[in-house]
Amino acid sequence: MKVIIPSQLRSYTQSSEAQAHGATLGELLLDLERQYPGFRFRMVNEQDAIREHIRVFINSEVASGLDTPLQSDDVVRIIGALSGG
Amino acid sequence: MDINRSSQITLLIGTRKGAFFLRCGLNGADWTLSDPIFLGAAVNHVVMDPRDNKTLLMAAQPGHLGPTVYRSIDGGQTWQEGSAPPAFPKAENGETVRYIFWLAPGHASEPGVWYAGTCPPALFRSADGGDTWQGVAGFNAHPMRRTWASLDDEGEIPDGNILHSIQIDPRDPRHMYFGISAGGIFETTDQGVNWQPLNSGMVSYFLPEPEAEYGHDPHALRIHPLHPDVLYQQSHTGIYRMERQKGRWERVGQAMPAAVGDIGFPVVLHPRDPNTAWVFPMDGTEIWPRTSPGGRPAVYCTQDGGSSWQRQDAGFPREHAYFTVKRQAMTADGRDPLGLYLGTTGGEVWGSRDEGLSWVKLADYLPEILALEAVAGL
Repeated sequence: MKVIIPSQLRSYTQSSEAQAHGATLGELLLDLERQYPGFRFRMVNEQDAIREHIRVFINSEVASGLDTPLQSDDVVRIIGALSGG
Repeated sequence: MDINRSSQITLLIGTRKGAFFLRCGLNGADWTLSDPIFLGAAVNHVVMDPRDNKTLLMAAQPGHLGPTVYRSIDGGQTWQEGSAPPAFPKAENGETVRYIFWLAPGHASEPGVWYAGTCPPALFRSADGGDTWQGVAGFNAHPMRRTWASLDDEGEIPDGNILHSIQIDPRDPRHMYFGISAGGIFETTDQGVNWQPLNSGMVSYFLPEPEAEYGHDPHALRIHPLHPDVLYQQSHTGIYRMERQKGRWERVGQAMPAAVGDIGFPVVLHPRDPNTAWVFPMDGTEIWPRTSPGGRPAVYCTQDGGSSWQRQDAGFPREHAYFTVKRQAMTADGRDPLGLYLGTTGGEVWGSRDEGLSWVKLADYLPEILALEAVAGL
């Protein structure tokens, strides 16, 4: 499925979009990690929580955690959330 | 670090918005600033490996992303992220590293070994030059850690408690110290398996028991490289010195002028004389402005182990200058005479080529300076 990459993470992907697979957000991030080593830890901490200033939208819904289910035609949008004025 | 009189000095500058190199020219006077490195990332520390004089590690935190370590093995020309940055084990209600605050090369006999101190206070070790990191379980899983590090009370400092000032005895890689703000000084003699507080003699008015075994707030700790039984500490409550065999801190800051006081963040030691040290006092009165007392910046130097202190302010503004110098933002270069450097939260770098007697501004308009290290070459 299509993953929209924020500017903060493009040093890993070299692109604003990526293709990845997974039945859950967690699986999708593992696929992205395989493709782009280091990517996952930048947006998910060691306790498997999405970092404070990162948001993930599945289509138009905010993903609450890594167990959020995905469909193959979903669009996953990773956002660098507001972290300052 | 192999520095001699002819060495060209480069300052490694960590700022709230990236890292910079400030290189001294061949004439010893003209300084050139590099382009920013990782512009926008808070850089708490940039440190050169004195064992190979080319590997650099950087503790960085891009704003949206998690804390990490960047490595350069070509003297800062290119950087790569460590493949496994410091992180706690995954566990129910497990901790997360908020930021990496301090980096320290390991003992000279252990090439490739590095240590990192974090917020919340924890110690991590790398055995592969900073690529992968593991927690030091002897401290991180110590049953007293959360109590020592004031993690379960309201004792946290702004931005969270930190582990800093990792100091390794040059005679023995098993013998280490570090400071925790707030928590105190801690020591191991078995390379981190067991730890003990080392705060006897410390007096902290903010504690219910001012002479408690732990809970103190060391701002900076330094072990003397040639006389490792001599330690200096700039704490939240004064300047202290310890001769390790005595095991008790002596408040040598009481010899500072009363109008200036002995509060500050950094302490810098003369690498060849255990009785010579420098501090940069800050205003710790009333609501703690943490700026130069009276708006008149000055370094204070002792040459007798803290029995007396001399003001060194030639070249600094004479008034209306409210510098703040953070704990890892003052350093020395090892030359003879010793060069001293400090970076301010206002983005200025100042240097002295004559052991503090006179100061000149080397750079300005930088972001808030968090850390400063001096190395040869680059």
